[in-house]
Amino acid sequence: MTPDELQRAAAAERDAQRKFEHHLHVCTAAGCLSAGSGHLKQALEQEIAERGMHGVCRVKGVGCMGLCSAGPLVSAEPEGWLYGQASPEDVPDIARSLIEGRPVRRLLVPSDLPFFRRQLKVVLENSGRVDPERIEDYIAAGGYAALTKALSEMTPEEVIREVTASGLRGRGGAGYPTGLKWSTVAKAPGAEKFVVCNADEGDPGAFMDRAVLESDPHRVLEGMILAAYAVGARYGYIYVRAEYPLAVQRLRTAIRQAERAGLLGDRICGTRFGFAVEVRLGAGAFVCGEETALMASIEGRRGAPRPRPPYPAQQGLWGHSTLINNVETLANVPPIIERGGAWLAGIGTPRSTGTKVFALAGKIINTGLIEVPMGIRLREIIYDIGGGVPEGRRVKAVQTGGPSGGCIPEEHLDAPVDYESLAELGSMMGSGGLIVMDEGTCMVEVARFFLEFSAGESCGKCVPCRVGTTHLYELLNRVVRGEADAGTLSALEELADVVRQTSLCGLGQSAPSPVLSTLRYFRPEYEAHVREGRCLAGSCGSGDKR
Amino acid sequence: MIWARPAPPSSDKRWKMVEAAMRRHGYRRDALIEALHSAQEAFGYLEEDGLRFVAQSLRLPLSLVYGVATFYHFFTLKPPGRHTCVVCTGTACHINGAPALLGMLEREFNLRPGQTAPDGSLSLVTARCVGSCSLAPVAVVDRDLMGKLTPEQLHRRLQGCRRHDAG
Repeated sequence: MTPDELQRAAAAERDAQRKFEHHLHVCTAAGCLSAGSGHLKQALEQEIAERGMHGVCRVKGVGCMGLCSAGPLVSAEPEGWLYGQASPEDVPDIARSLIEGRPVRRLLVPSDLPFFRRQLKVVLENSGRVDPERIEDYIAAGGYAALTKALSEMTPEEVIREVTASGLRGRGGAGYPTGLKWSTVAKAPGAEKFVVCNADEGDPGAFMDRAVLESDPHRVLEGMILAAYAVGARYGYIYVRAEYPLAVQRLRTAIRQAERAGLLGDRICGTRFGFAVEVRLGAGAFVCGEETALMASIEGRRGAPRPRPPYPAQQGLWGHSTLINNVETLANVPPIIERGGAWLAGIGTPRSTGTKVFALAGKIINTGLIEVPMGIRLREIIYDIGGGVPEGRRVKAVQTGGPSGGCIPEEHLDAPVDYESLAELGSMMGSGGLIVMDEGTCMVEVARFFLEFSAGESCGKCVPCRVGTTHLYELLNRVVRGEADAGTLSALEELADVVRQTSLCGLGQSAPSPVLSTLRYFRPEYEAHVREGRCLAGSCGSGDKR
Repeated sequence: MIWARPAPPSSDKRWKMVEAAMRRHGYRRDALIEALHSAQEAFGYLEEDGLRFVAQSLRLPLSLVYGVATFYHFFTLKPPGRHTCVVCTGTACHINGAPALLGMLEREFNLRPGQTAPDGSLSLVTARCVGSCSLAPVAVVDRDLMGKLTPEQLHRRLQGCRRHDAG
């Protein structure tokens, strides 16, 4: 497709859509599907057909609308109504509301909630609007315009320059500057290069990448093709969890559609640039989110990491220079190319630019998927967007970064969300899981929970991680059971330090973070367990022992 | 010596799916995990014959194939029960009551994670996170996701599975 052809295709699809007076968008992302949106969509389609409205009203499956706790969600456009917790019994009322022009009050979710107002959508701008299974819908929303622009007007160097200017940093959690990574791969010697999209979202409590892939797979694909053009790669892999069957299916559909449209494969858009993509399934190993382990898995081996350097940019898949970016990072690329790097750099803070997608869960009223500008305060996320803790209880801590991150206590909720601030607090940005804990949560037990996770997911290659995480877990077990003595806490601290400093890969190096951060902020809870065999939160059962 | 592709272990039609998956990847060795996925999807688990067949087809040592199959949690070498209950133990589920679900399963069904009932009726597994945190705690019973779940609801559902089998 040339830019002209793309514009014509977009205009044709928009014209086709304008023929309908009403549009009902039914969320068909995993959260709403499991709340019953599949049946709801069928019932709506049937009702519209029975009322003879199929010429004026279109029912469309869309991606995640964000407010998962009110699912299944249906929005009516252009009316701008959002219906929550809708069931097939509500369908006649929903259809009637379109005819009468009056919303169904009992289902209406107020659209001026701070939950919606405080967000800023870049990565998720199409999410909940386009049909993830139709490339035409993505193109009508301006999709693939960045790609055709880059291929017809920009050199690979210019693409990298815009990404560098945007200040974009890796959204997988570590925050490495994306432009720098791209230019390293572009400059690396060798004719064969690879681009890998890391969609092995393994942190418990994190479902951002899944939502992006299920809601807007073409956007990730477009970012990947742009990356391949910039670094000179002809082949790419999307490494995605087998536990996300819907995301896998939608990605495969998107790849097929893009190939048919001449946006993937040989001679993309009639140029000499060619790029092919293959989906590779993970098989349930958390360590495969680590980039060297991920590459081993793509090569068909056990997902054991290896020391870096050499970094994948120098020596990656089968020894060739390889660019590895996370889903959300790649989804940021198309708007950067379209609107310029300076545009993204104008959002967020000087060192953490743009937005971040978070999965909000735990003891919070509005659970779901949110996107906020960097630099927003944690307090705003939890109280304004999240609506606070249910039953008027108090926030005790916020967990970010999953098993590699830490717990940030209530008194630090005014910290801005950026890579450096969260690291200073002993946690990390992480991939975006944000879990709220209230007074009823025992922090020692939380640390034990994460260490059980890390010990179980350690690949076993290096001793500090294989033995150290298990031993940390056992020490924490002793504390929780009220069997610890005066030396246990210092032993915990000492061992945590050894594991952190001597492990081979990121899994081991960060596995002690949940222990160290809870020891730092919630030491009295540990001490109460040790000295009195008592749980201050009253939840871990420690007190039952005596 | 000319190497010939091995014949499937039996005349079971499901081997065709495994062969098709390997062919689709040009019998490349790096597509081993894809081949194992197709075998597990076809048969529900990875049996020894299947591992041998994949190893020979891709010309890989059996030790390597076994090593990969046992490294990844997604693969199982034991046949699953007629029904499967997956309890999510992600962070949101953990703090919202997943331990109570597991406690009920141990008390009422005498099952711990990774175990299958002796009569082959039910397997219990845990998942690190199924990504439906808004519905925490969740369990997946025979591909059916149940959210905001209480131990009583899960108990009823699993009893229902058993009754259905008996009837």
